[in-house]
Amino acid sequence: MRDVAVVGIGINKWGELWEKSFRDIYVEAALAAINDAGVDHLDSMIIGCMSGGLFVGQEHLGSLMADYLGQKHLAASRVESACASGGLAFRHAFIEVASGISDIVMAAGIEKMTDVSGDGATYALATAADQEYEVFHGATFPGLYALMATAHMHKYGTTRDMLSAVAVKNHFNGSMNPFAQYPFKVTKEEVNDSVMVASPLRILDCSPITDGAAAVILTTVDIARKLGKPIIKVIGSGHATDSIALHQRPDITTLKATTVAAEKAFKMANKKIADINFAEVHDCFTIAEIIVTESLGFFPAGKGGEAALKGETGLEGKFPINTSGGLKSKGHPVGATGVAQIVEVVKQLRGTAENGRQLKKQPKVGMAQNMGGSGGSTLVHILEVA
Amino acid sequence: MFPAREHREYPHRYRLEAGKCKKCGKIFFPHRLICSECGHREFEKVLLPDTGKLLTFSVIRVAPSQFVDQAPYAIGIAELTNGVRLMAQVADCDVDSLKVGMDVRIEFRRIQTDGHAGVLSYGYKFVPKWY
Repeated sequence: MRDVAVVGIGINKWGELWEKSFRDIYVEAALAAINDAGVDHLDSMIIGCMSGGLFVGQEHLGSLMADYLGQKHLAASRVESACASGGLAFRHAFIEVASGISDIVMAAGIEKMTDVSGDGATYALATAADQEYEVFHGATFPGLYALMATAHMHKYGTTRDMLSAVAVKNHFNGSMNPFAQYPFKVTKEEVNDSVMVASPLRILDCSPITDGAAAVILTTVDIARKLGKPIIKVIGSGHATDSIALHQRPDITTLKATTVAAEKAFKMANKKIADINFAEVHDCFTIAEIIVTESLGFFPAGKGGEAALKGETGLEGKFPINTSGGLKSKGHPVGATGVAQIVEVVKQLRGTAENGRQLKKQPKVGMAQNMGGSGGSTLVHILEVA
Repeated sequence: MFPAREHREYPHRYRLEAGKCKKCGKIFFPHRLICSECGHREFEKVLLPDTGKLLTFSVIRVAPSQFVDQAPYAIGIAELTNGVRLMAQVADCDVDSLKVGMDVRIEFRRIQTDGHAGVLSYGYKFVPKWY
């Protein structure tokens, strides 16, 4: 297996991009990554997108995006794992370079979610859950995470203020991210008093509906050196699944696929949790960040909420989590999220995160955790400054 | 809802038919073709019990269009007396009085309707046991 490095990152301002088309949003981010890397060609491109079909009526994204990116006859494909599609695209690009099949590969993610109504977006997102045994009965995504939240609160005493601490922290971080959809701060009181969506989760516990894309370029460490770029190596990649239906899992207060994917990534990287300086994790809802930080091993089971409340996941905490603002503040264009996490990890490792959110103690090792549905799939990646 | 899609779920939704692995005894709802515990591929048909305990719940206030008329409504996961877990709505209750651990039973109810002329979908809901 060859050593692989990320040499280019690209992202555009996320939000409700009504004036921009699906393809233009994608190509903007892709061109930014190509410019950043300074590569003169691509050997292959892998696109993460959850549902071009339901959000914009467009499939066959490999051809569309390669064409509009000006890459005639490029080997280009689209992969899907619900909200983990971006992380999956990154993993496949990593495998392609590591294997020797291709030397320069783009991994990119895209979702354009505001070309449909709110109900249309809810319908499309719900396809990541079990249609016949969850969605059929009236479950929504906030509802499924709410089921986890109720169980977690009952089992461990996790509180409303702990959930709110996650939202407050991520919006604070996101207020320094020029690409974030909602770069404003929120207070604990604002989160606590925001409208109820699916009890106990309120609107400010939820990540938003977003249009956006992100792209990164992976190549061999040898080529990265020739390009003169900082060498950010991909040292671990883990991928795992779990039952798609939440109720079929023996314990819904943990995310087993996240734990298993992390174990695989740690093994490949020859690292342990204490070696990780910071992480971007999949905070589609505040409770998700709490459970994910426990499932990854940053905190013991049941202690993730308390850690958030005490500031242990803040920029100056023991394990900074979601320095980008996370899905909560940065936005959550589902297919793009996993790639945007890599963009933030690379920025932090290069020391170039904008507007004061760069970690003061320069990190050496970062992690990205991206999951699909209610945790039915997870990708974990570990990156290190060479 | 396309009629065939609805019809093929009748054994599960109307009769609570489940599959019990003939080797390890694990019960699957809905049925499966291979046991995820032991890999065995032969099952016998069993019916689920109609009582259990609520493990968790949520009150949905922002509902998808086909459930808007029912909002606010509760959903929950219950563990039945044979250990099988289901997700369904919790009906006939004051949604603010739900508690983890409460006893529920399964009742046959209308779940959703597909417009004025489409399929009426029936299935199971939980009901707190004292009703």
